[in-house]
Amino acid sequence: MSTTLDAPKRRSFDTAALAAAVPGAFRKLDPRLMWRNPVMFLVLVGAVLTTVLAVAEPFLGGPQSSGGTETPVSFTAGIAAWLWVTVLFANLAESVAEGRGKAQADSLRKTRTSTTAHRLVDGRLEEVSSADLRVGDLVEVVAGRLIPGDGDVVEGIASVDESAITGESAPVVRESGGDRSAVTGGTRVLSDRIVVRITAKPGETFVDRMIGLVEGASRQKTPNEIALNILLASLSIVFVVVCLTINPIASYAAAPVSLPVLIALLVCLIPTTIGALLSAIGIAGMDRLVQRNVLAMSGRAVEAAGDVTTLLLDKTGTITYGNRRASGFLPVDGTAEEELTRFAALTSLADATPEGQSIVALAASKGVRLPESTPGEIVPFTAQTRMSGLDLPDGSEVRKGATSAVVAWAESERPLPSTLLAELEERVESVSRTGGTPLVVAARDRSGAVRILGVVHLKDVVKDGIKERFAELRAMGIRTVMVTGDNRITAEAIGAEAGVDEVLAEATPEQKLELIRREQAGGNLVAMTGDGTNDAPALAQADVGVAMNTGTSAAKEAGNMVDLDSDPTKLIDIVRIGKQLLITRGALTTFSIANDVAKYFAIIPAMFAGVFPGLALLNVMQLSSPASAILSAIVFNALVIVVLIPLALRGVRYRAASASSILGRNLLVYGLGGLVAPFIGIKLIDLVVSLLPGF
Amino acid sequence: MAPGSVPADLAPELAAALGLATVALLLVLLHRPLGDFMAHTFTSAKDLRVERGVYRVIGVDPKGEQTWGAYARSVLAFSVVGVLSVYAIQRLQQWLPYSLGLPAPSEHLAFNTAVSFVTNTNWQSYSPELTLGYTAQLAALAVQNFVSAAVGLAIAVALIRGFARVRTGTIGNFWVDLTRALVRLLLPLAVLSAIVLLATGVIQNFAGFQDVATIAGGAQSIPGGPVASQEAIKLLGTNGGGFFNANSAHPFENPDGISNLFQILLMLAIPFSLPRTFGTMVGDRRQGLAIAAAMGALFIASVSALSAIELQGWGTAPEAAGAAMEGKEARFGILTSAIFGSVSTLTSTGAVNSMHDSYTALGGMLPMLNMMLGEVAPGGVGSGLYGMLVLAVLAVFIGGLLVGRTPEYLGKKLGPKQITLAALTILVTPTLVLAGTALSFAIPAVRADVEATSIWNPGLHGLSEVLYAFTSAANNNGSAFAGLTANTPWFNTALGIAMLLGRFVPIVLVLALAGSLAAQHRVPATVGTLPTHRPLFVGLLVGVTILVTALTYFPVLALGPLAEGLN
Repeated sequence: MSTTLDAPKRRSFDTAALAAAVPGAFRKLDPRLMWRNPVMFLVLVGAVLTTVLAVAEPFLGGPQSSGGTETPVSFTAGIAAWLWVTVLFANLAESVAEGRGKAQADSLRKTRTSTTAHRLVDGRLEEVSSADLRVGDLVEVVAGRLIPGDGDVVEGIASVDESAITGESAPVVRESGGDRSAVTGGTRVLSDRIVVRITAKPGETFVDRMIGLVEGASRQKTPNEIALNILLASLSIVFVVVCLTINPIASYAAAPVSLPVLIALLVCLIPTTIGALLSAIGIAGMDRLVQRNVLAMSGRAVEAAGDVTTLLLDKTGTITYGNRRASGFLPVDGTAEEELTRFAALTSLADATPEGQSIVALAASKGVRLPESTPGEIVPFTAQTRMSGLDLPDGSEVRKGATSAVVAWAESERPLPSTLLAELEERVESVSRTGGTPLVVAARDRSGAVRILGVVHLKDVVKDGIKERFAELRAMGIRTVMVTGDNRITAEAIGAEAGVDEVLAEATPEQKLELIRREQAGGNLVAMTGDGTNDAPALAQADVGVAMNTGTSAAKEAGNMVDLDSDPTKLIDIVRIGKQLLITRGALTTFSIANDVAKYFAIIPAMFAGVFPGLALLNVMQLSSPASAILSAIVFNALVIVVLIPLALRGVRYRAASASSILGRNLLVYGLGGLVAPFIGIKLIDLVVSLLPGF
Repeated sequence: MAPGSVPADLAPELAAALGLATVALLLVLLHRPLGDFMAHTFTSAKDLRVERGVYRVIGVDPKGEQTWGAYARSVLAFSVVGVLSVYAIQRLQQWLPYSLGLPAPSEHLAFNTAVSFVTNTNWQSYSPELTLGYTAQLAALAVQNFVSAAVGLAIAVALIRGFARVRTGTIGNFWVDLTRALVRLLLPLAVLSAIVLLATGVIQNFAGFQDVATIAGGAQSIPGGPVASQEAIKLLGTNGGGFFNANSAHPFENPDGISNLFQILLMLAIPFSLPRTFGTMVGDRRQGLAIAAAMGALFIASVSALSAIELQGWGTAPEAAGAAMEGKEARFGILTSAIFGSVSTLTSTGAVNSMHDSYTALGGMLPMLNMMLGEVAPGGVGSGLYGMLVLAVLAVFIGGLLVGRTPEYLGKKLGPKQITLAALTILVTPTLVLAGTALSFAIPAVRADVEATSIWNPGLHGLSEVLYAFTSAANNNGSAFAGLTANTPWFNTALGIAMLLGRFVPIVLVLALAGSLAAQHRVPATVGTLPTHRPLFVGLLVGVTILVTALTYFPVLALGPLAEGLN
């Protein structure tokens, strides 16, 4: 795929992107924006409170003691500073994630500039601004002009340059009727003239939606994200209760804990790591799709992609190359295979169709030497003769084509021997039985003697590596269903070769829709690709419907994703990205919560060390002083966010494997890792903090 | 050690360990038939004749299914009636027969007691044999011992139906579940158990107070009473409210080692069999086994920890005395007492055969921790299972994300609604415990009263006593850290409210969860689905349970028992 959208392959995280995101991080301090993230909002409130305390302290007779221990002069200010840093780091993560979409958005925006449209009104042309077009208007676009809005071609045929949107530089053909009628506003007509019926209001076009999506402006929280947010908010509430009740309870037996220490404890306990990175993870997930030239119309669709249990794949173009290819030469009547091969290739030399080319290629691979140019006169294929061929200079003729046509040609003077016909019949059968297409080759020499040389086996060739991908999908728990218009025999032969789990043969759009409904009734989540108008109902019904950009606007409307490359195999990548998104959320949540254990071991002994020296036993990290322990925990808490931003943007590595083994691995890395890492991190930070005067 | 219960030449530790092993073996044998029997009880289409009679009397159509809302309203209405009637019976005591001449308890005590028995807590702010006569004990308390356990069972079964059913708006019929739990399960089992208890020497009479001359030559007034019948359901229904103040430390309630082992078995029987019921009803017994395994792992860890700590006997007094025998019956010894204490607090029974207050400082933390776990290992009758399933929902949510699917448990999607309900359920008890304890010290007038009247052991231990009281009440356990005078207006009222909210808020949330699950269709399991029957998931569930508890209670434990034990 050629790309202008993601022109230079960007590293997921670099210093330049970080620097560019800093202003955004400050802008996001607006409490009205922060409110949407309850965990970080709490940190913001804590930051404001400690700042006020730090400013007021000198006038109130220096820092309070906490839990029976004197706190150093700069303690409150230090806590306040690091709380601000924590909030900013969280905003930075979101800002960096959004920044990645900005470049795409800017290049898209250039296509959106207002152009002059030529509107057809009662057969007359009038010039209007593209911004004034309405749905249903007819506009004429001639070569060299920009198409003023999204629509369908209702008249004419033209080649269109869509590189502004797809990044694909080769022009595409758009014509009225059929499945290639959709045009996108902002693309340029290169040849001919078309009349377009506008189907989208200005401001709600495909490009507008794309800009909104890549910028993250129209991002809605997905159900799973909402559920996770609720869990995080509930945990935060528990910790607020814990912190609010400490002093009243402690007051019976010990000196109260100062407010900065309580706020520090609260911030350390609430799941700030995942709270800070949650929205960045979501934006980055969408962005990973955009990098693969897929536009998801909602985050919900990306999430659903991770849940997909059934993949509906069209045979042609997805599982097979889409064109039949020669796979063997079957001689009859004692003909040498070499002779059959040579004649079959000779008739195909001038044949530009993929089938013809594949015969030449197969012959060459079998070591048959062929002339550079066609010797003799070509007899082209016609629908009437249903065969093509070659008249050689020596007067002999070669023909290849459908069995009945070639046999009829061969028998034009006298009937063929029945034994030969029987042998031919058997060869032809053997090809048909496996889903292939037989082509019969015959030759007539100068004297008029006819020989049937044999059969060329043409078959749908399954794409390289597709079988492995299906095996991978099966390991992920996803069933593949191949959908094709072929007859059952052909379909099953190819299905078996490709390794799909199920085949829907002789499929009509209605059957496809029916299949999706049946799968869904069984609780399955279905993903499919489609491009035609008659795919639209199925695309709409599927949980993940990926429309090809080359498809009709009806298909694009119905699906919840659009693939700009129009590559149906990308469905597999989409599923992967969906899973990766969910795993990243889970991993960072697990890590965040597991971190709390170490933070408790840092802060709890520090809080009451003054009154209960025995609690020093819990100071397993041997942190140097109570003040240093608390500050170190806060610093760790802030730094871990920055350290994890690349992971949040890149996503956790995902390999196709059973759920059990993925769970085991991720629990080990993020659960156990989350338990251990902060013990080490806090200790190291403490070694530095303890060098500060007073700590 | 009781003579005759175990051979005299066995070391008491070994005898206790053997006893526990016997109970474990019996549980392994018992949980299958009992679990399957309960599954059959709550799924069978047939009604017994006596049940049909009950339905006619209360005007219920046994075939009428209820939505979660209707189910919850029935539970609440039934419980309100329960609280009012127990309250009324106590307040009218002096006019009732067989009241042994005892006066009516105070308003706040009657409120506390009524709530306590209706919520399956059986917290007793009073000395039962000196406060309540036979009528109140039987007509009010014993009835609630049965029905409160039956309510717990009904809620658990309703939640199981939520998982088992597909696209229905209903989760069963509360009145049918309640009646069947009583008629088919609790009443027959209680009768059987009472007979066994009688055989071990537990008393059953209406003899009132008997004046006896003691061997030392003193005179004592000893109350008799229908103890065995109370005792059976006290343990079977994980109620815990004793006939006597000394509870299962009293020789009339718990005479010897054999009766003690039987009591332990009774407490664990239903809670450890319910996972089997769950597995059977959802059609995948491995799922039930996984839940039982998680309960079992926590159970074994807790029992071992308390046993080890008490045998070690850290602390000034135990070390001076040679062993941590303070507050423990010589009949039972250290280990048996520790096991009973663990079982009683791991289930929501709250019965005691030793005084938890007198455990070593760190040892005293364990019964508290057991309750703070949310009483899920194996927990109360019904409440243990639904508590553990709610934790499983949270564990699945995190585990499900980790395998790259939006989480689902038994084919049911866990979306915002389910997580809201599960998270709120988990939130209720810690909030009640911490807020209740904090308010006891934060309100100046209350604090003065608490310090002057209630706390007998000032300092950290007093703090632990108050914390224990609220932990016990909010988790509906009912055991007490003796040494706290709880029969005051503050504690009776505050603990009563904690018991009410700690019982019914989770119940309503759990029923809502059941309803939302029952309405869903089922997602088929694939290799991409998080397996919830493997050891890894059991580990995750145990981890989540411990982490949720530890994170919530670490600070307050550090202030109470930890500070006391480590100083």
